[in-house]
Amino acid sequence: MICQICHKRPATVHITKIINGVKTEMHICEQCAKEKEELGIKSDMSNFITPFSFSNILEGFMDFPGLGAVPREVHEEIRCPGCGISYDDFKKTGLFGCSQCYDTFRDRLEPIIKRIHGNTQHTGKVPKRSGGIIRLKRDIEGLKYELKKAVENEEYEKAAQIRDRIKELNNEK
Amino acid sequence: MGNWITTKGPESDIVLSSRIRLARNIKGYHFPHIMSVDEAKKVIKECSNSIMEKSPVLAKDFHVIEMDKLSPIERSAMVEEHLISTGLAENYPKSAVLLNTDSTVSIMINEEDHIRLQVIYPGLQLKEAYEYASKLDDVIEESVDYAFDQRMGYLTACPTNIGTGIRASVMLHLPALTVTGNINGVLNAVAQVGLTIRGIYGEGSNVQGNIYQISNQVTLGLSEEEVISNLMAVTKQIVDNEKAAIEKLKESNIMQLEDTVYRSLGILKNARLLSSNECLNLISNIRLGVGMGIITDIDSTLLNEIMISIQPATLVKREGKELDSASRDIKRAEYVRERLK
Repeated sequence: MICQICHKRPATVHITKIINGVKTEMHICEQCAKEKEELGIKSDMSNFITPFSFSNILEGFMDFPGLGAVPREVHEEIRCPGCGISYDDFKKTGLFGCSQCYDTFRDRLEPIIKRIHGNTQHTGKVPKRSGGIIRLKRDIEGLKYELKKAVENEEYEKAAQIRDRIKELNNEK
Repeated sequence: MGNWITTKGPESDIVLSSRIRLARNIKGYHFPHIMSVDEAKKVIKECSNSIMEKSPVLAKDFHVIEMDKLSPIERSAMVEEHLISTGLAENYPKSAVLLNTDSTVSIMINEEDHIRLQVIYPGLQLKEAYEYASKLDDVIEESVDYAFDQRMGYLTACPTNIGTGIRASVMLHLPALTVTGNINGVLNAVAQVGLTIRGIYGEGSNVQGNIYQISNQVTLGLSEEEVISNLMAVTKQIVDNEKAAIEKLKESNIMQLEDTVYRSLGILKNARLLSSNECLNLISNIRLGVGMGIITDIDSTLLNEIMISIQPATLVKREGKELDSASRDIKRAEYVRERLK
């Protein structure tokens, strides 16, 4: 048998892939196999050799009992209105179809996100233009915490100031 | 600011470069992996307009390259120069990149996310790189509606990137820790503080030429500043460890070290066949020699240039014709001899 790429050297690397029940075979020589790899062009082969992707791992712990797994019959029904993908599609690729998916699958997502990041609340940058209200809310939350502290410490004058500031911010909303 | 290949930065004997990448998506479009080519072109237009049309100052500094206008070799060469990711190169005809003149910024459009904004600075300059990345992010956001959730932050195609969408990384040259075997301790320690180590070309790549890439894993629940200061602290520690390991090597057997460095130089200056792996390892020895002051007439930036230029696609691109693996080894040796004359 000769190599399917260079059609010159004998094929010594044989790859059989079965995807969704469709079997494909590739017979190539060692040099072509190496070349494909070295040029950084992700060949079918490298996909084949490294089955450990994020989606595999994700799939592994998503169906773990107590981690927000939902019986199959129920969750196959729900599709994201934004892009039409189902939760099973997400599980297979590890990728959502659009930003709306986060709303669609929010309940099921929390435990997974907690697992990945150890956290479920964003505390970093907020978009300048569209994030105005969010930043306001975050400021108010911060002030409420300070207010509580001030009351606990019986610093009533400071507490009154903070209360007024919260009122102002609430009016801005 | 020059780029990391041709310019030196703080600690650049050991820290070759600092990189910040921000992942962003636009409301109302499918994520790149399921979008149509038409939709992709709209996203490319919207993103590039946010710089090229809306910001005249930046427009002078940037140019747009659509991936389908490049040959496969040109795309691979850009990956080897760290200008774009493999994912972006593979995603043609849906993908494009906005590059600035000195090649420190690449705004990748339609990789895994709509926008992957990357800033690479020479040496240890994570904060500086983030500050510039964040400024550019603000400029883009003035005309683009980002997908953002109060609770989950910036929304990304893969939930491993949500929140800040930040990936901060440093590229380190650690020959002394590697040769003394202490690198394993470093690897373990780094993993325990939520960072990961990879090879020179990021995810899935092997460690070659003693070059390691360290980056944060978690993107949600920490602020960008926290992510960066964590990585800074760990990097500084590793740099100190590497310096201590170099001192130890010096004390124990300086003659052996000098011999290794000069032999490596001898091979690079004379070899007729060089594989990329051998070449990277020899360059690593020379780099160590330069850092230690054993070799004084070679600049580390020249080593950076050689390191990128000997990569397969970059070699092929320079030769202007297809080369098989054996002829690449010949051309690689020729090129290195020429540069080290």
